[in-house]
Amino acid sequence: MIAFVIRRLLQSIVVMLTVAFVAFFLFNFVGDPINNMVGQDTSMADRERLRQDLGLNDPFPVRFATFVGNALQGKFGVSYRMAEPVGRLIASRLPATLELSLMAASFALLVGIPMGVYTGLYPKRLSSRFFLTISLIGISLPTFLIGILLILVFAVLLGVLPSFGRGDVVKLGWWSTGFLTASGWKAVVLPAITLGLFQMTLIMRLVRSEMLEVMRTDYIKFARARGLTDRAVHFGHALKNTLVPVITITGLQLGAIIAFAIVTETVFQWPGMGLLFLQSVQFADIPVMATYLILIAFFFVVINLIVDLLYYVVDPRLRIDVQIRAN
Amino acid sequence: MADPLLKVEDLKVEFPTRRGTLVAVDGVSLHIDPGEVLGVVGESGAGKSMTGNAIIGLLEPPGRVAGGRILFEGRRIDDLPYEEMRKIRGRHIGAIFQDPLTSLNPLYTVGRQLIETIRTHDEAVGETDARTRALGLLREVGIPAAEARIDHYPHQFSGGMRQRVVIALALCANPRLIIADEPTTALDVSIQAQIIALIKRLCREHGTAVMLVTHDMGVIAETADRVAVMYSGRIAEIGPVREVIKHPRHPYTVGLMGSIPKVGQRREKLTQIEGTMPRLNAIPRGCAFNPRCPKVFARCREERPDPRPTPGGAVACWLNAAAGRPA
Repeated sequence: MIAFVIRRLLQSIVVMLTVAFVAFFLFNFVGDPINNMVGQDTSMADRERLRQDLGLNDPFPVRFATFVGNALQGKFGVSYRMAEPVGRLIASRLPATLELSLMAASFALLVGIPMGVYTGLYPKRLSSRFFLTISLIGISLPTFLIGILLILVFAVLLGVLPSFGRGDVVKLGWWSTGFLTASGWKAVVLPAITLGLFQMTLIMRLVRSEMLEVMRTDYIKFARARGLTDRAVHFGHALKNTLVPVITITGLQLGAIIAFAIVTETVFQWPGMGLLFLQSVQFADIPVMATYLILIAFFFVVINLIVDLLYYVVDPRLRIDVQIRAN
Repeated sequence: MADPLLKVEDLKVEFPTRRGTLVAVDGVSLHIDPGEVLGVVGESGAGKSMTGNAIIGLLEPPGRVAGGRILFEGRRIDDLPYEEMRKIRGRHIGAIFQDPLTSLNPLYTVGRQLIETIRTHDEAVGETDARTRALGLLREVGIPAAEARIDHYPHQFSGGMRQRVVIALALCANPRLIIADEPTTALDVSIQAQIIALIKRLCREHGTAVMLVTHDMGVIAETADRVAVMYSGRIAEIGPVREVIKHPRHPYTVGLMGSIPKVGQRREKLTQIEGTMPRLNAIPRGCAFNPRCPKVFARCREERPDPRPTPGGAVACWLNAAAGRPA
């Protein structure tokens, strides 16, 4: 078990270094950073001095090492556009994105899994077919369109929910949360549904097909033959056996939710990292882009690590194999 | 004679398909007395398992009981609501399936599965008492070191040991009847005899009746009190084991007996019954066995023979009707 964790951690470090390398390349190949920082009338001598001061003339490996070293200490440079440390910029935007992602993921799981179980258990019912048809819409409509439709219906026509922003936020240290005010809760509803709808339908369809598969197995038939209640059979025996693939996909999708919050945040003007990233792209604000890239990679790595550990919790067969190998 | 424990009258099981309805079990009548072992033999697809599944109310959809009655302890059970039937399953009628490797849920320890079953049928039993009973059951079915094994997962058991666990699970609530559907087919030959002996011993000790579905005539000869030979969804011959083996009346039974190689007999080739059983959608007119029957005559191709009484049983063959026992 510990050997496994260490192995996965080493792999994670390789992944992070690779991503850092790509992010670092941005600085070298997307325009000249000096041009971005100084005005047009700066002399060549001044430019050269600045270049020397910033260490841009150092050999490539040295600069990369410096970059990684700084990143490890949380120093990601200064945003060209906002003239503020990138670390602080991201930190101020991170809570908004994470809270939105959390709500979207909760929505996807809390609605997707029960609907998947239901449609898997009763595939022939009319309501199941209705859910499946609806899920097709969720899968095929692009996110921005869903967002705009939701705004049209709930913000413009019905006027019950706000169409943009986070509502009132409360500061808890450096973390700003919208979960402590009514307007914050109201504001998160539409973006969370928009962001989570695709994942919700995906999870629902996945759980459904896994349920259909598991319900045909001998151990479910035997569980029935033992006279266990439907509840025990469906939720105790069947659902747990569908969990391994569901955890895999959910983990990947959670990363995707955080990473692809960009579109949703743009539609709802949600003050998160995605919006920051998009604005940075428009200004070629490379330090912000590079940091965003590294941070998202970091989330993916952490989530995948957790997913792998969850397998061990769910499936005893994996645990035993590890013990045997360890002995 | 006391009332039979189980009485099946003119049972008919149908599978509606797009190309018309297939009749998998057609007019099967049989009974099982308390404590009796009834063997049911026949080729694959003869309707043996289907009859068993119909009795425990677990026909796989779209299969359904289309006619006849099933009476358990004098009470009709084939038309019970699902929840009523669930209470009978496991509690009064247990089941053992063919493949012990897939009959147990891989994600739970055998102890948990035993305790769950015990507590489902006897809600007054606490967790600790149920565990004590589970341990007792494991010892009874011959699991060595039961105290340690109770917390193991199914994949840590060998095939034979798993089938022992399955038997323990089937016996949890002391049912009066066990439907054993090919309980040894998936096991090593060396283990088969052990498992059969175990089932036989336990059922004698508990006074449990058994419907032993198998295609192994040897197992029947050794274990059963009476035997029903099924062919193409019907009972060809039923009667006391000794009588059926010594004086088979139906040509199909004669063929079955003949195809068991006997020790001490020198033969170049194994005897076999020519041809295969008809598919469900192409059952011939008259007697279903007539295309393969060595003693076929005109009437067999025209009219379907109904079971006629013999000493202690019945046989469905025109030979029996016309001139008694065939030579």
